[in-house]
Amino acid sequence: MEWETVIGLEIHAQLATKSKIFSGASTTFGAEPNTQACAIDLAMPGVLPVLNKEAVSMAVKFGLGANAAIASRSVFARKNYFYPDLPKGYQISQYELPIVGHGYLDIQLEDGSVKRIHITRAHLEEDAGKSLHEDFQGMTGVDLNRAGTPLLEIVSEPDMRSAKEAVAYLKTVHTLVKYLGICDGNMQEGSFRCDANVSVRPKGETKFGTRAELKNINSFRFVERAINYEVERQIALLESGGTVIQETRLYDPNKNETRSMRSKEEANDYRYFPDPDLLPLVIDEAFINNIKANLPELPEQKRQRFIDQYELSTYDASVLVSSKEMANFYEEVVRAANQPKLAANWIGSELLGALNKDDLDITESPVSAVQLGKLISRIADNTISGKIAKTIFEALWNQEGDVDDIIEKRGLKQVSDTGAIEKLIDEIIAANPGQVAEYRSGKDKLFGYFVGQAMKASGGKLNPSQLNELLKKKLAG
Amino acid sequence: MHRKTLAELATDLNNKTISSVELTQHYLERIHQWDKKLNCFITIAEEQAMQAAKHADALRSQGKATALTGIPIAQKDIFCTDGIKTTCGSKILDNFIAPYNATVVEKLNHAGMVTLGKTNMDEFAMGSSNETSYFGPVKNPWHLDCVPGGSSGGSAAAVAAHLTPAATGTDTGGSIRQPAALCGITGVKPTYGRVSRYGMIAYASSLDQGGPMAKTVEDTALLLQAMAGFDERDSTSIDKPVPNYAATLNDSIQGIRIGLPKEYFSDALDPQIAHAIESAVKEYEKLGAVIQEISLPHTHLAAPVYYVIAPAECSSNLARYDGVRYGYRCSDPVDLQDMYKRSRSEGFGSEVKRRIMVGTYVLSAGYYDAYYLKAQKIRRLIRDDFTAAFKNVDVILCPTSPTPAFKFGEKTSNPISMYLSDLYTIAVNLAGLPAVSLPAGMVNQLPIGMQLIGNLFEEAKLLNIAHWYQKVTDWHTHSPEEFK
Repeated sequence: MEWETVIGLEIHAQLATKSKIFSGASTTFGAEPNTQACAIDLAMPGVLPVLNKEAVSMAVKFGLGANAAIASRSVFARKNYFYPDLPKGYQISQYELPIVGHGYLDIQLEDGSVKRIHITRAHLEEDAGKSLHEDFQGMTGVDLNRAGTPLLEIVSEPDMRSAKEAVAYLKTVHTLVKYLGICDGNMQEGSFRCDANVSVRPKGETKFGTRAELKNINSFRFVERAINYEVERQIALLESGGTVIQETRLYDPNKNETRSMRSKEEANDYRYFPDPDLLPLVIDEAFINNIKANLPELPEQKRQRFIDQYELSTYDASVLVSSKEMANFYEEVVRAANQPKLAANWIGSELLGALNKDDLDITESPVSAVQLGKLISRIADNTISGKIAKTIFEALWNQEGDVDDIIEKRGLKQVSDTGAIEKLIDEIIAANPGQVAEYRSGKDKLFGYFVGQAMKASGGKLNPSQLNELLKKKLAG
Repeated sequence: MHRKTLAELATDLNNKTISSVELTQHYLERIHQWDKKLNCFITIAEEQAMQAAKHADALRSQGKATALTGIPIAQKDIFCTDGIKTTCGSKILDNFIAPYNATVVEKLNHAGMVTLGKTNMDEFAMGSSNETSYFGPVKNPWHLDCVPGGSSGGSAAAVAAHLTPAATGTDTGGSIRQPAALCGITGVKPTYGRVSRYGMIAYASSLDQGGPMAKTVEDTALLLQAMAGFDERDSTSIDKPVPNYAATLNDSIQGIRIGLPKEYFSDALDPQIAHAIESAVKEYEKLGAVIQEISLPHTHLAAPVYYVIAPAECSSNLARYDGVRYGYRCSDPVDLQDMYKRSRSEGFGSEVKRRIMVGTYVLSAGYYDAYYLKAQKIRRLIRDDFTAAFKNVDVILCPTSPTPAFKFGEKTSNPISMYLSDLYTIAVNLAGLPAVSLPAGMVNQLPIGMQLIGNLFEEAKLLNIAHWYQKVTDWHTHSPEEFK
């Protein structure tokens, strides 16, 4: 039987506010345990939450960036459950009335097509602390530094049909929140994480299958692997006559498998109810309009601008706007060289290839945008050939200095002097009488051989088009 | 000296006929002398009190005193006090010392008041008789076999026995007004949001409100002045200026309209109390008030609604007492579940457990709509009753409690009869209104209280009307013989 995969994602993005969502404590990552937890984060008796306005602004930004409705009135609710790293015994979240309603994001698929993924809602809530099970011999340590960090939980519709689509959507959201400056997107530190609801159904079936919720998938690669593993597990189960049960499953990246964590029956009754300590959150048009007026250029808009302004292909533009830093880098190169297409090619192939190989981010590139721009300028003004440029790029990667210095020092300047090229060609013709005769008797393919000889003799420095032209003339006799 | 009102003491301090140190010493001595009998205090903060008194005297000599500077006060043990134990009447917080002051405490400290100690109360303010306190019941100074009311029973009894000139209380369903009535003192429950709840240990957040307890309406006006006001640390506090309550106390009440809710004068009311209230109504008529009968048709639903909403909120509010970070932790827990279960089973008393269980139940999936949501809808109807009534009257007058102080143990075996002792006070919290209870007679040598209910944020008018009663009667000057 042919199966169809159905995936919905719940993404938790930590909002990049300076202080926590309901207290004044700092949100900086990596401090000594419990040094960034105030009386409110510790849930001392009698303390009360006060909403951080910045977190609200950030949620609104997301809503605007995701083409979503912003609720004029939303309500904070208590989600009640006991856990040592949940100090109040409840998490303040939004339940029935979230701040962000229906929206959508368009994702680019590998075949170049575009798919619209619908967003059900996004709501504000507070993060819990961390339980530390190591180093405490039979006991558990509790670090409440993270407790109260603002989170935006972004819930998608079950619109994705493959692990690849899920990753593409996740990357799109990741790019968006970073563009908006509302989340640092650091998946390793947990500031951007996701749970995946995965089910399968026979192709053509309209009803959804029973879903499993996958937790603990904290990298793009793991999302893809975890979903693929889970899809295979469910199909194998169904094909052998079993049934999928609704449950929460934990992904183990070391074993690349998912394991049952708890079934629906074991799930908590969270006893949600509106938090009486917080008034309903009322957002007026002026507040939204002010944020709208100050929104940065978003990935979608930037891609379209790159296509229009720099005459790039959709693919190239998509690659370049995949992060704000990359797009900025590109535009800096363009400013330095005024060669938009060449710049796109160089970043897309040489630079990204090298960065990926060394697992570096664009912000960590050893080759600066200014140097890359200069390099491209030297190609454009025929100082060097494209081939020589690759050598220079390697030198730049190895921090050997300025483009012009490298050209100078290594004597890589392209030879465009007709006399010098003709002299070289004469020498090659003289040294290869047999090949010259064969060529002249009609074996055209040998032309490449002469080009190769000339380039070899010159160290690759000859102007290629000039060489072609002169060589043709000389060989013609 | 201890028979004097707060206003009189302020005059004495101003005239330098007495110092704050002397005054504080006097009250501390009275506490040492009498509190073994009454059990009003959980903690006596002698050292801190004397220090504060010295500081107050210094301020006064520098001309920096306010009306309240140097006057002693007792804090209900529900208000967090920096460096002084705050138990909330519970074993689970018996070892808890807050590193911060409640806003109310901070404000009263700022006004120069001297905290004598922390008063006994029903555990987590859940009770109407002070019998649920982990620290033992408070005795009613008028009759030591009787309850002082609750939950602010320690505060009420301490003021009635002149162990302090004033005290703070909190009122979730009548916890300031009912003990004030049963002990023969004056207590004010302000409009919800008028006084900050920050640092005031939560029982039912949407109903809790702190307020003053003292001998007279005038005293409570002075105290409320210092306690009230917007607090950015409490999102439910209201950003509205605080009027000068004392300034309008003597304004004429000629023509003022007083409503008597017919539902409150039913057969359930002790006829002697009904009689006393009728006398009070006559006093107001003499003062030129216009009396009219009104109807609050949803009155009979107030208690059931309250006993859904308050437990629901409490079940969540009290989840933080888990033995993890502070407070009582059971000995030698074998695992997390064991620690939770035993810490909470051993740390909470039975009334608290009863309400946590009821609250957990009414919020559960499948019951939420039938109980919690329904209760919230009825709560709105109850509020609408009052809104409609206040279109025609300035204040509503009724008894504070259906009976005078009852005997210890009389109602402990029957929670429902205990819950009904808050019959006249509960609806006020559900509607968020301000109300005052003041002494209005004696029944069987026990004081009884009259309640005046005002419209939202009309504390000034309410206190003005209440003050006039004390200008023309002397019930508020009666004192239990033994503690005179």
